[in-house]
Amino acid sequence: MIAPPRIWWKPLGLYERRWLLIAFVWSIFLTAMMPLWFFLGRQNVPATTYRVEPADFQQRVMAFTEQYQVDTLNGIPVVEPPPGSDVYLLARQWQWYPVLKLKKGETYRLHISSVDVLHGFSIQPLNMNFMVVPGYDYVLTLTPTTSGEYAVVCNEFCGIGHHVMISKILVTE
Amino acid sequence: MTVAAIPQAGERAEFRTCTATGLKVDLAAERLIIANAVAAVVFLLIGGIAALLISLTRWQVIHLLPADWFYRLLTAHGFDMLVAWIVFFEVAGLYFGGAIMLNARLVQPKLAWLAYILMIVGAVMVNGIVLAGKADVMFTAYVPLKAHPLFYVGVILFAVGALLALGIFFATVIVAKVEGRYEGSLPLVVYGLVTAAIIATYTLLSGALAFVPALFWSMDLIEYYNPAFFRNLFWSFGHPAQQINLAAMVAIWYGLAAITVGAVPINEKLSRLAFILYILFINLGSAHHLLVDPGPSFAWKVTNTSYAMYLAVLGSMIHAFSIPAAVEVALRRRGHTRGLFEWLRKAPWKEPGFAALVVSMFVFGWIGGVTGVTIGTEQINMLAHNTLRIPGHFHATVVGGTTLAFMGFTYYVIPLIFRRELKFKTWATWQPYIYGLGMALVAVGFVAAGIQGVSRRHWDITFAQAPFQTPVPGTVSLAMAVFGIGALIAIVGGIMYLVIVLASVFTGAKIEPRQATLMIDPPPAMGYLSDKEEHNRKLQPHGTWVIVIIFLMFFAAYYLSNWWLLGRLWIVR
Repeated sequence: MIAPPRIWWKPLGLYERRWLLIAFVWSIFLTAMMPLWFFLGRQNVPATTYRVEPADFQQRVMAFTEQYQVDTLNGIPVVEPPPGSDVYLLARQWQWYPVLKLKKGETYRLHISSVDVLHGFSIQPLNMNFMVVPGYDYVLTLTPTTSGEYAVVCNEFCGIGHHVMISKILVTE
Repeated sequence: MTVAAIPQAGERAEFRTCTATGLKVDLAAERLIIANAVAAVVFLLIGGIAALLISLTRWQVIHLLPADWFYRLLTAHGFDMLVAWIVFFEVAGLYFGGAIMLNARLVQPKLAWLAYILMIVGAVMVNGIVLAGKADVMFTAYVPLKAHPLFYVGVILFAVGALLALGIFFATVIVAKVEGRYEGSLPLVVYGLVTAAIIATYTLLSGALAFVPALFWSMDLIEYYNPAFFRNLFWSFGHPAQQINLAAMVAIWYGLAAITVGAVPINEKLSRLAFILYILFINLGSAHHLLVDPGPSFAWKVTNTSYAMYLAVLGSMIHAFSIPAAVEVALRRRGHTRGLFEWLRKAPWKEPGFAALVVSMFVFGWIGGVTGVTIGTEQINMLAHNTLRIPGHFHATVVGGTTLAFMGFTYYVIPLIFRRELKFKTWATWQPYIYGLGMALVAVGFVAAGIQGVSRRHWDITFAQAPFQTPVPGTVSLAMAVFGIGALIAIVGGIMYLVIVLASVFTGAKIEPRQATLMIDPPPAMGYLSDKEEHNRKLQPHGTWVIVIIFLMFFAAYYLSNWWLLGRLWIVR
């Protein structure tokens, strides 16, 4: 509260020097963890992105659905694409389209985009979360490592029906 | 009370001398501080009513509001708390720091009133259009979710008013120096406020950059506004806006420590360095919101999210040491030197400002800081983005930290600036503990639910009306109950604060305060440490050292356990 004495730039005390050093080392460690995980870890944030016209993306999703549809669930097509292929998932107010059926241990290129507003792609209860932005085709190179039924919920507010926007990803052995 | 009219530089300023501190108080500044502080409290009240209703909706057991009103009041709650309450209070704080703490006059009070009116009109406009149901877009208003043009106009007017207030603050500090109103360097508290104001300037400019095109787009003057670009610009406003709060709050922490225990910074160089680190690096933190967005590369995300090697986090860790250390040294100088923690036992726990300081630092650092750094890590963000961990983090920082510190500070502003006796002093002692406990439970409940994947801004996690349902595990219900109970406790604390403030301002006896402290005798004025004291082993912050080491171990445990959680996800690249 009071103005400091004329000369205030004094040397640090012992504890201050030690704490500054420890805190600095910790900061370096926090920084290093990210590139380390980038090279050694198996879960990294995808960066592959393409610009896409929402209408074009919707067309690709429809063609993809028609090609690989195997079933219908509560009125929504269930699609089982071959392992290693390009998989498309469309977000729109307030629905995910289509339901995906994947194989455990196989790798897919999952394209997600939106035709209207922002949405949040969230696989639950696994808890993996990504943004879905209209105009951008975001490619997740994804390998399910567990099997079962997973919910896909929207976790970015997208209008009044936000809380009914839910779908499934079915992972078989 | 003595009033001196001092004509200077063509402007007339009238002063009174404060009977408690001996500072000269510019009466024009005083009136502006009162106006801004009252506006802040009114918006806290509106935001608080919204908080009660949306908490009771989010807590699925009660599920009070229908969906449209939940989203509407969530939008209003975000704006009123994060913008209106805090910025009005900060403007009051800036006028206090710039004019009164420097014994100086506030330059151009008329412009300051214009700024005030712009901010009021802007805030009222936003509230009106949101409550009318024309802007259910959340505080973030992500394009292409469209609001009524008046929503954007309101935000822009508010930002322009706040920018004007910042300009007046900078001019006041410079004029104070030129007119020789204070000796030597700026006091650390004012230095911290200058830091906050510098961050605020580029924050508000970014806000204008984001919202002006959004206004044109909402009026159909622009056909397309790139949503990814808007997100980048919005967060150059949205996140640094919280860093203004951080810098202002840290300044207030130093102030509360000085008022309640007579603490002086143990090393000005270190504390000032920490503020400089904020100015240089903290804006990079905006990228925390774009970590799982399509577009940016790994290198861009990592450089930004780490604040160029976590140098802003280093700044916070410096304050986390130097503020408790200043408190400890001050108490040790008064003879509480036995063992590691005698000073802590003898600390003035019943003084509201001290209670607010300790609780605010604890909730901010241990809950808010630790969770924030963790979810802001590039890869870990996949586990956290848009889950309740995000509001868990910022309710600990902005509410349990900043808001609580501001509340504690209000108890001193009322006698010193409003010159009204503080009513319900015993309540004021309890209020920081109750509010802090509530907010800590809110944050912990949110974080625990978010770790289990519960998303934020969601009306119904049972998906009762949806084509598919998902079971809500008992552990999620438990976490949400912790949040709900915490919210109710915090609401009680909030009501206590509003009652104390409104009762004191409107019905408190008019006084000329003799001292700053409320429940205890004022601490002796000790000044800076002498060389001999600096080398006295009994006056070293031994206790603080133990506390910060335990803090770091907790930090490391939480951070590393999140990498472990991440390793259990599906493989993704």
